[in-house]
Amino acid sequence: MTKKTLTVNYIARVEGRGALDVTISPSKEIEDLKLRIYEPPRFFEAFMIGRRCDEIMELASRICGICPVAHQITALRAIENALDVNPSDQTKDLRKLMAISAHIQSNVLSMYFLSLPDLMGYESSIAMTKNHSEIVKRGLRLKKLGNDITDLIGGRAVHPVTAVIGGFTAIPTKEKLSMIRERLVDAKKDAHETVDLFTKVEKPLFERKCEHIAISDSRHYAINEGRLRSTEGLNIHETEYRDYISEKQVPYSTALHSYVKTRDAFMVGPLPRLNLNIPQMSLDAKDAAKRSGIKIPNYNPFNSHLARAIELVHDIDESIEIIDRLPLKQEKREYQSKAGFGAAITEAPRGSLYHSYILDNNGIVKKADLVPPTSHNARNIEKDIYKLVEENSDLSVEELTLKCEMLIRAYDPCISCSTH
Amino acid sequence: MKKKPTIGIFKFTGCAGCQLELLHLEDVFINLLDIVDITYWVMVKRENTEGPWDISLVEGGISTPEEIEEIKEIRKKSKILVAFGDCAVNGCIPSIRNWIPQMEAEQCVYSDTSSIHSTKILGIGEYVKVDMVLKGCPPHRENIIEVIKSSLLNIRPRLRQHPVCMECKLKDNACLIISKNLPCMGPVTSAGCGAICPSLNRICEGCYGPMSNPNTSALADVFRKMGYSEEDIKRKFRKYAGMTPEFRKEAGD
Repeated sequence: MTKKTLTVNYIARVEGRGALDVTISPSKEIEDLKLRIYEPPRFFEAFMIGRRCDEIMELASRICGICPVAHQITALRAIENALDVNPSDQTKDLRKLMAISAHIQSNVLSMYFLSLPDLMGYESSIAMTKNHSEIVKRGLRLKKLGNDITDLIGGRAVHPVTAVIGGFTAIPTKEKLSMIRERLVDAKKDAHETVDLFTKVEKPLFERKCEHIAISDSRHYAINEGRLRSTEGLNIHETEYRDYISEKQVPYSTALHSYVKTRDAFMVGPLPRLNLNIPQMSLDAKDAAKRSGIKIPNYNPFNSHLARAIELVHDIDESIEIIDRLPLKQEKREYQSKAGFGAAITEAPRGSLYHSYILDNNGIVKKADLVPPTSHNARNIEKDIYKLVEENSDLSVEELTLKCEMLIRAYDPCISCSTH
Repeated sequence: MKKKPTIGIFKFTGCAGCQLELLHLEDVFINLLDIVDITYWVMVKRENTEGPWDISLVEGGISTPEEIEEIKEIRKKSKILVAFGDCAVNGCIPSIRNWIPQMEAEQCVYSDTSSIHSTKILGIGEYVKVDMVLKGCPPHRENIIEVIKSSLLNIRPRLRQHPVCMECKLKDNACLIISKNLPCMGPVTSAGCGAICPSLNRICEGCYGPMSNPNTSALADVFRKMGYSEEDIKRKFRKYAGMTPEFRKEAGD
């Protein structure tokens, strides 16, 4: 046997620009393994300094075009924590509805358009339209639903505009929300079919136990607020994040690598959320999980797609619940600038997202600290690939390369986010 | 059968939001595939060709030496090159960092800056000839369709050059500057969004960049009279389009 090298210069069907290099020796030892993220950094943490706190939601949004809502809400909550602003229950509900709609959009994009082609043997969803137009159309329909809800609450789907410190500049009308409610009810069928589709498609058999982290709340399925918990016993408040989680730079990646201090790399995303928070899911989502046969806790990252599908069922149920209890009353927004530190952690579609800011007396940002989900996952993806390659070193270079790519796509990395 | 026109979609330094807007054309996306052949789109396809392309949609600004070479290559292989969204037009929000010394920005994020080789972030037009400009952060879906359609028909696209104010008038919005004394950027900002923000009680922040021939110093004076500081005014112009000649004076040195 000779030396084997796997090289992907520009990983397809993920957001942003990254590469993979693996070298396997003739004796099947892995000599080198790098997830090379070469996305050019934009230095958000540098140019946010000196900006007004009421602009930060707008700037943070531009970190990512796929999960702008997550960055907006995290930034707003961190700034509000610094200013001691407590938004109303209606604002919290509207923010959650908006965050869920972004989860629907992003998770459907990941499942149907970025990963499904691998699982069905196509190069892209575009190539699938000929023989599987019903499946592609279902994906488009579900994605559109998510987008339309973000659009209704936020004014537009990519970089929405209405969420501000303390609330919203405008709230949707009852009529428009009830139209969305009808569409959500109808979409349940599509969501269940999505669960069945991702139960049925063949996923690589693989398992690697590692620490799974997500925010968690005993009262509801945590998306915008909760304590950061893990399968290894981590249980911290968002202000304590930096006491427990650190980052280090590696020379081949513009994204920093995160790890739990004194421990190791970890995973964030839909599978950790399912592992930690399935008791808080809707009954229908729990039934869907049971029907799929997924074993919880689950440490096969390829099951992330199924976790997204199960979340989709829950997302629809919770959206309907929120719409039904929204009072839709006009509220006043007031706040005063003051110096302080504020931190927030939310669940972006790809996993836990951390923002913190230090403000001066005039509400001008003095320091910004941002850790997106894909920075959290970067090192863990490498460790998964290491095990996957070890276990499959007999496969041809082409087959093994595709398997590694599929694993990367299962994490649905958002590389622009990770570099920011 | 006549060969379908080819499209390439490219990402440089940006957030992928513009590409995503293209995928958000859910209602017409499948129909679009009937008339064009997307042969390069790494975010969506695993098999991509090396060109040439009839229409190239380029998202993102240019911020590394490698990107300068890449955009020149794409230019050579493209009939119509479109600057797709504000980052490709003028660097957009990431261009705020152009006012910070590069080393300072790098040290803010990386402990070892030896592997980082970023330059100032600029629009693609700084390095290559651009045939069409699709403004917005992100561009409105209707404008994306307009650019693709007019490229296929080989005619000039109907994109707006007038300010957001015109769209507010068409929507019967009360002017936020006059009625609420708020620092709206609408009078100098290119229309095309449909006045999304003012219609939702939010001032225009300028995310489509400058309109054709704006009077920025008059608007800056209006902001001064409202009580905004010189720093506040700089921040407003040094946001989505600080690098453009139109906003450069008010954006400060």
